[in-house]
Amino acid sequence: MVDTATIPRDPVYDDKSIRKVLEMVKDPEIPVLTIEDMGIVRNIEFEKESVQISIMPTYSGCPAMDVIAEDVKSMLVLHGYKNIEVKTVLSPAWSSDFISENGRKCLEEYGIAPPVSAGSKAAMIGIDAVACPQCKSIKTKVVSEFGSTACKALYKCEDCLEPFDYFKCV
Amino acid sequence: MNDNEILFEYLLRLGDNCAILGQRLAEWCGKAPVLEEELALMNVGLDLVGQARLLLDYAGKVEGAGRDEDQLAFFRDTQEWRNFLLIEQPNGDFAKTMARQMIFDCFQYLQFEALTASKDKTLSEIAAKSLKEITYHRRHSSNWVIRLGDGTDESHAKMQAAIDELWGFIPEMFDMDAVEDAMVAAGIGTDVSVLRARWDDMINSILTEATLQRPEDTWSVRGSREGKHSEHLGFLLAEMQFLPRAYPDAKW
Repeated sequence: MVDTATIPRDPVYDDKSIRKVLEMVKDPEIPVLTIEDMGIVRNIEFEKESVQISIMPTYSGCPAMDVIAEDVKSMLVLHGYKNIEVKTVLSPAWSSDFISENGRKCLEEYGIAPPVSAGSKAAMIGIDAVACPQCKSIKTKVVSEFGSTACKALYKCEDCLEPFDYFKCV
Repeated sequence: MNDNEILFEYLLRLGDNCAILGQRLAEWCGKAPVLEEELALMNVGLDLVGQARLLLDYAGKVEGAGRDEDQLAFFRDTQEWRNFLLIEQPNGDFAKTMARQMIFDCFQYLQFEALTASKDKTLSEIAAKSLKEITYHRRHSSNWVIRLGDGTDESHAKMQAAIDELWGFIPEMFDMDAVEDAMVAAGIGTDVSVLRARWDDMINSILTEATLQRPEDTWSVRGSREGKHSEHLGFLLAEMQFLPRAYPDAKW
């Protein structure tokens, strides 16, 4: 939750202030990650009293994009910003390489194994070892290359026997 | 046709394949063989619907007649659809769904890989985005064809029957015509006839590993470019388009 008492009443139209607000917007499907950590904020433009945010979809059919766009708008409105436009851009195509170090840490703590290698090694599932986010064992196996959302695969740890999500390289 | 009309037609061909295949895969919802596979089919379908949205949205803008992605998806009749005949074929059993998917994934991979170099910036961006997804789709469907082909006697027989049943729908995918030629000449499209050799290599290696016979090229059907579809598309559209047609102004 956002503590409304600390919200500045006079929004500042600069990169740093806007970015700070965006850091409060979470990915609706992975609520431990901010959209900044996910690396989906492509561009922030502003003028005297207007803001334009460009976001990149993780997957073409990602159903979270509309929600994210709405959340970005409401968070900025809540902070007093006016004339907000959120648009989706495709290029460069989003890659799991854009997830920040902090994002990777948050994923692991949340129980989702972060992508193990570069996005260019997209379909190498089952080749690189993925460590279990619970017990850190690397004795894990792919259960399904497709998991609960487009960006994840389903794994199982053969030591602690817990199933877990793995964030795919893309 | 003027340049915009040609591009519009070309984008429909690309987008309609994604839209109809996405819809077909959605039909598996709630009845896939195992839960993990249900998730996989829905994920692949969702990617395809996403690609269809991008392509049809762009097609609508190119057409400039005020039609958006929803109008193109929900208010066109069978004759106006440009997806391959292969794509609209019923799911059948799991083997047939995977055979159809593998045939198309290999094709779409090569086609979209080439389109990343399109001179049309929007199209090249959509292709680059989609290619990442298609890489996963192709791996998934190829693995199933191999696993079932090189599986039990029953799974082998079913996969062989599926490949045989779909084989004649393949030649249409590699046909060139005036629209394709114009798009290649403009540096926007890709020459699909040239992709056939690489597609054959991919398929041959999958079929060999799957211990499946490559069928003889004894029959082929065509017609999607002129909107001549099999009867199956009408039933699919009836289900897909019912709600927006019954309640045209309905909003979520």
